[in-house]
Amino acid sequence: MTYALEINDLKKVYSGGVEALRGIDLKVEEGDFYALLGPNGAGKSTTIGIVTSLINKTSGNVKVFGYDMDTQLMQAKLQIGLVPQEFNFSPFETVQQIVVNQAGYYGVSRKEALERSEKYLKQSDLWEKKNVQARMLSGGMKRRLMISRALMHEPRLLILDEPTAGVDIELRREMWTFLKELNDNGTTIILTTHYLEEAEMLCRNIGIIQKGQLIEDTSMKSLLAKLQFETIILDIESSGQMPVIKGYESELMDEGSLSVEVGRDQGINELFNQLTEQGIKVLSMRNKSNRLEELFLKLTEETA
Amino acid sequence: MFKLYLTALKGLAVKETNRYLRIWIQTLVPPVITTSLYFIIFGNLIGKRIGEMGGFSYMEFIVPGLIMMSVITSSYSNVSSSFFSQKFQKNIEELLVAPVPTHIIIWGFVIGGLGRSTLVGILVTIISLLFVPLQVYSWSIVILTFLMTSILFSLAGLLNGIFARSFDDVSIVPTFVLQPLTYLGGVFFAISMLPPFWQIVSQFNPIVYMISGFRFGILGVIDVPILFSVLISIIFVISLYSLNWYLIEKGRGLRS
Repeated sequence: MTYALEINDLKKVYSGGVEALRGIDLKVEEGDFYALLGPNGAGKSTTIGIVTSLINKTSGNVKVFGYDMDTQLMQAKLQIGLVPQEFNFSPFETVQQIVVNQAGYYGVSRKEALERSEKYLKQSDLWEKKNVQARMLSGGMKRRLMISRALMHEPRLLILDEPTAGVDIELRREMWTFLKELNDNGTTIILTTHYLEEAEMLCRNIGIIQKGQLIEDTSMKSLLAKLQFETIILDIESSGQMPVIKGYESELMDEGSLSVEVGRDQGINELFNQLTEQGIKVLSMRNKSNRLEELFLKLTEETA
Repeated sequence: MFKLYLTALKGLAVKETNRYLRIWIQTLVPPVITTSLYFIIFGNLIGKRIGEMGGFSYMEFIVPGLIMMSVITSSYSNVSSSFFSQKFQKNIEELLVAPVPTHIIIWGFVIGGLGRSTLVGILVTIISLLFVPLQVYSWSIVILTFLMTSILFSLAGLLNGIFARSFDDVSIVPTFVLQPLTYLGGVFFAISMLPPFWQIVSQFNPIVYMISGFRFGILGVIDVPILFSVLISIIFVISLYSLNWYLIEKGRGLRS
């Protein structure tokens, strides 16, 4: 089977002796939406840097759609589009110049690149700004420009390194919709993010990197299945007294907020029954934190 | 893949050309003003008192050297500053992630240096025509020495850009190395006028061969045999090209 990305025993030791990757093995199937998570300094950006030729590997092997990066580098590069974490375009070039030039580096003729620039800049709501120098754009616009630039040569594998960092909620949701559509149309997407909610919303499969090793590589569904407890917060009508709840770990956070740990098979009906019996009115209910976040912290703490 | 590489080269060349045209006040105007001042002060005012040199008026004698000086400075600084800026702003990554071979990257930047130095060379030549009539002894030698010099110093600028870690590094070499070598390379005097010891020392200055060759193409007088000048230029071009290729391929200052 040909994978969109196949990494075997990838190692990286920086010149100062820092061992950033200690033998990563990773396979991402064609059409997948894959999340690569890990704490800061875990090795996510190093992995992406090696796959996109921005960092030299120490050893190991990387294949992109079957093209070996050691022997078929140019063909491998043609398959990839990169949206890096930091803005890396010339601030003095116009929006259209940036995307058209980039397409040229992938062999897209100028005429074709101009046509595509209209398509992708309109898609990211930047067409009106096509003649504006990039430095004049807002942070969100700059991010969208980097996505448009990465799509200009219509890559089969799109890699996004923290694409929504510093982007407001509205724009982030717009970008999620856009990325979902892109993935539905066949583009394989690999995403690193700090917003775990983002990974949970978008990705089918997930890998967690910790200290240069892949400690988890599974489907989002089976990863979340590992979660034994979920903490919910109930906003209750204040009585000033701690309700007695049998069978659940609970804690009164303040006069009007109750934190309750609910087991996977426990359900919440019994909890509500007990509260109703005690005459406690529940005003609203929410998750204490993102489910994936709890699991992520648990997994990374275990291997720390 | 050849068509792809050609498109990439065209794209990079257009980008580099747009860059120096966008900031024409910084890239095209200063050499024109500087050389005009040289023509007025050295050529017109002081030159009249110096008299003839190699059978030509002093003004005629320094014109080829001043054109070459502008060409050398323009090609060098265009590539060094453009490459370093792209490294500094990280947009060199646009090239590194793309299927663009190192040869294309080198030639893309060299075309930028060549384009700017051609424009500057033409402008300086036009200015010189205001002061002195110019006759060309051999167009082929003029074009050959111009191309070799521009390519050579574009490659030298690229090398500077590869090693540079700050904007200071980009300006140190032109100020402390390139400018003295240019002034001592025979822009304002014939190498044969130097004492024997300094004539030997100047043989290690590559700029001597460029200026001498170009002056031969325009005036027909020569300090160094033209074939030797061309040979030295070719050796420098090949050496610098190979070194640049090796460093970019290894990712020196570009990839960790």
